[in-house]
Amino acid sequence: MTPWNFFQSHRSEIFYATLDHLTLVVIAMALAIAIAVPLGMLIVQHRRLRTIALGIASVFQTIPSLALFGFLIPIPFIGGIGRRTAIVALVLYAQLPILRNTYVGLSGVDPAILEAAEAMGMTTTQILLRVRLPLGLSVILAGIRTATVITIGVATIAAAIGAGGLGTFIFRGVAMVSDAVILAGAVPAALLAIFADVLLGQLERALKVV
Amino acid sequence: MNAKTAARLDFAIEFRGVTYYINDIPARPIVSGVSLTISRGETLVLLGRSGSGKTTLLKLINRMLVPSEGQVFVEGRPTTECNPIRLRRGIGYVIQEAGLFPHFTIAENIALVPTLEKWDSVRIAARVDELLRLVSLDPAEFSTRYPRELSGGQRQRVGVARALAADPPILLMDEPFGALDPVTRAELQREFSALTRRLGRTIVFVTHDIREALLLGQRIALLQAGHLVALAAPDDFLHLDQREVQAFTACLDSSDGVAS
Repeated sequence: MTPWNFFQSHRSEIFYATLDHLTLVVIAMALAIAIAVPLGMLIVQHRRLRTIALGIASVFQTIPSLALFGFLIPIPFIGGIGRRTAIVALVLYAQLPILRNTYVGLSGVDPAILEAAEAMGMTTTQILLRVRLPLGLSVILAGIRTATVITIGVATIAAAIGAGGLGTFIFRGVAMVSDAVILAGAVPAALLAIFADVLLGQLERALKVV
Repeated sequence: MNAKTAARLDFAIEFRGVTYYINDIPARPIVSGVSLTISRGETLVLLGRSGSGKTTLLKLINRMLVPSEGQVFVEGRPTTECNPIRLRRGIGYVIQEAGLFPHFTIAENIALVPTLEKWDSVRIAARVDELLRLVSLDPAEFSTRYPRELSGGQRQRVGVARALAADPPILLMDEPFGALDPVTRAELQREFSALTRRLGRTIVFVTHDIREALLLGQRIALLQAGHLVALAAPDDFLHLDQREVQAFTACLDSSDGVAS
């Protein structure tokens, strides 16, 4: 069977797997951003917390993704087989790029601008929300973009713990030793990643303040 | 109220035995034992080489820094007893390259402190127009532009307008014209000198340029390695015989010593 034939005959199955995959990624990214961006804003002011938070996020990044899925299964409440566990793992995985870029973006503002802001009588919170955040937004978004591309890839492995998505085809194809089946999962996943990368790249440029 | 306290209130700013050092290392003070009074409406220039402590002295006034020893009084109150946010909103601040917010329009930059102080929008708009005209920029042309669309000289004018926005009685200026080309700088110095005479603010102006000091200052305070070594009106300053004063006045004879 050629990849094209397989694709033709499993069109709707592939379509729904892509949708599943996308849902998994969107939920995971939404949670990851909701955690990492506020945390990044917090660690700009707190040095001790910064070392700890970036350290923990780095550790998660070094755990091989398949192993991380495996480790989570026996953990009560967040573990088990299925989508919930996969989302937890993906959120943990996406922390480092978003957290690091949020910190870099917020702390990389021209010191002269920060000095002026402080001297004009802006409070720390006002400086964070009205100066650091708008000026660091494109760097933060670059981190979100990296994390999204990584998450789309890693999410294929989530099929190993029964989370569904495009990884289903990849694992099935590996078991069947069929390139056609592997490609049915890999090609849409790659296209999703490219699409997300281009889209977020454009947003990043639009938000960049010269 | 005793005589000593009363005397304080005649001054806009007073340094009393101020020493400042970083990280609790008293052996290497940035500013050491400075006592100095600045009258209301006076333009005082802090002159000195790089690293002489002049910027540090300036930052001690609006509590960006707190003295390690001694006290700084602003309008008769020690800065350590003032709320730093309130204190700073009552003191204009201009730095080299203006430090304008690149994501704010010119109007938004100028309106910063009035906005923080929650003025109503009509009053803010009127104030922004008034200030742009004061610094010789056409409001219709510049209000909606961004700082990157302006020349260095224009940005510096906006910096001055922003500092004046909430009508602060005190203005701190840290080498505001330092990054400009000589022609633009001379232009702004002349205009600024006329402007300050008209506005009657208390101004503390930091520079390493002796010519600028002589042009703008009613008094010049010379700093060397954190010590106040001379304090005089421009005419008298030229005739002082301290070595550091002469090192600076020597620059006046050569054309190259100033344009740095």
